[in-house]
Amino acid sequence: MTSGETPRIGPHDFAGLDAGPVDTSQHDLAQWERVVDAIIYLLGKKGVMKDVAELRRHIEDLGPDVYERLSYYERWAASAAATCVEAGVVTREELDARAAEIAKRSEAS
Amino acid sequence: MSARFEVGQSVRIGDRTEPRHHRVPAYVKGREGIVVCLCHPQGLPEELAYRELGEPKQTIYRVRVSQPHLWSSYQGEAHDNLEIEIHESWLDPL
Amino acid sequence: MTHDHTTPHRHPNQPDHPEPSSSYELLGVALNELLIEKGIYSADELRTQIEEIESVNVDSHGAQIVAKAWLDEDFLTALRADAADAIRSLGIDPGYTEIMALENTPEVHNVVVCTLCSCYPRWLLGRPPAWYKSKAYRARVVREPRAVLAEFGNDIATDVQVRVHDSNAELRYVVIPLRPKGTEGWTQAQLARLVTRDSMIGVTQAKAATAS
Repeated sequence: MTSGETPRIGPHDFAGLDAGPVDTSQHDLAQWERVVDAIIYLLGKKGVMKDVAELRRHIEDLGPDVYERLSYYERWAASAAATCVEAGVVTREELDARAAEIAKRSEAS
Repeated sequence: MSARFEVGQSVRIGDRTEPRHHRVPAYVKGREGIVVCLCHPQGLPEELAYRELGEPKQTIYRVRVSQPHLWSSYQGEAHDNLEIEIHESWLDPL
Repeated sequence: MTHDHTTPHRHPNQPDHPEPSSSYELLGVALNELLIEKGIYSADELRTQIEEIESVNVDSHGAQIVAKAWLDEDFLTALRADAADAIRSLGIDPGYTEIMALENTPEVHNVVVCTLCSCYPRWLLGRPPAWYKSKAYRARVVREPRAVLAEFGNDIATDVQVRVHDSNAELRYVVIPLRPKGTEGWTQAQLARLVTRDSMIGVTQAKAATAS
């Protein structure tokens, strides 16, 4: 039997793909990444997210191009937002409006 | 909860296409292995990922698969192996 | 160290992701502000959560479990029977996910990966290193584990089985590396200093006794 007969189950299904050497250089988290990391835990604790499978699914639903382009916590940010929209605690419009406002704020500072 | 498989039993991991989110990567689908451990029952990701109940919970099996069986061009040793967690509904008896 | 909570930061590129896009950083920051404003959680709860996550470290958590397992046969037996209970008996929170200790032996070397995402025993080892989440590690360690281990300076003898554990779903794993030679009579604190994060993922061995 060879691998490759069975279709990958999504953009995240990396096992067996060709890839270069493992780069072990460390990456210190930026503050926004620490925040996104903690949001994931809080969404679970507060019952907004009922199961971590929701977050995984929203990451996979980014599609192969976006999945491969984004950094780890960018994926989690996108997925946490999608999870919250689906749970009905925020809307896309609110998120977009706030993101634009923050961009303006940080330009001004 | 009664478990369908026992430690030492030979099993095949399901080789079906599942359009919903699931946690059985392509490289183990359709492969044969041996149950090495029964773990706590868990809900089904195919449902939990969509805010559904995921019930009834299923026994999780750790299945050991031979590496040369997984990869035809395996460069390691013949006795190397891999273990992975599989929900009961993804396993068939051999 | 002070951080501005609202300003997106540039960060060094990760090898797999050459072009970070600030729009997703903005999205994360926007989401956090909205969730706090809507009362889903408070700013205090967020701060506490980050502190809780960062209070877990290899030296005070994972390494103590390994050192205790090396020293105390009864603890090792308990760890095999119910790892979470055994870990709790050391005053360490094992987390809410089922945990399993994988003992290296002279015959078997264990190494852990999550090929589908980044499942990792964060309650015992802290946040996973970037390489554990990388495409290269996830893609290759299942198909060519010996080559990947060799890149970590860990050449496994041909008569030793390499056993890869794909942490793909519901469990979290911690490898108990082989106890280094020449450590007879050492205390738990001395032994724990030889136990590294990477040795508990299984990509390396514990440090040699001379290194301490």
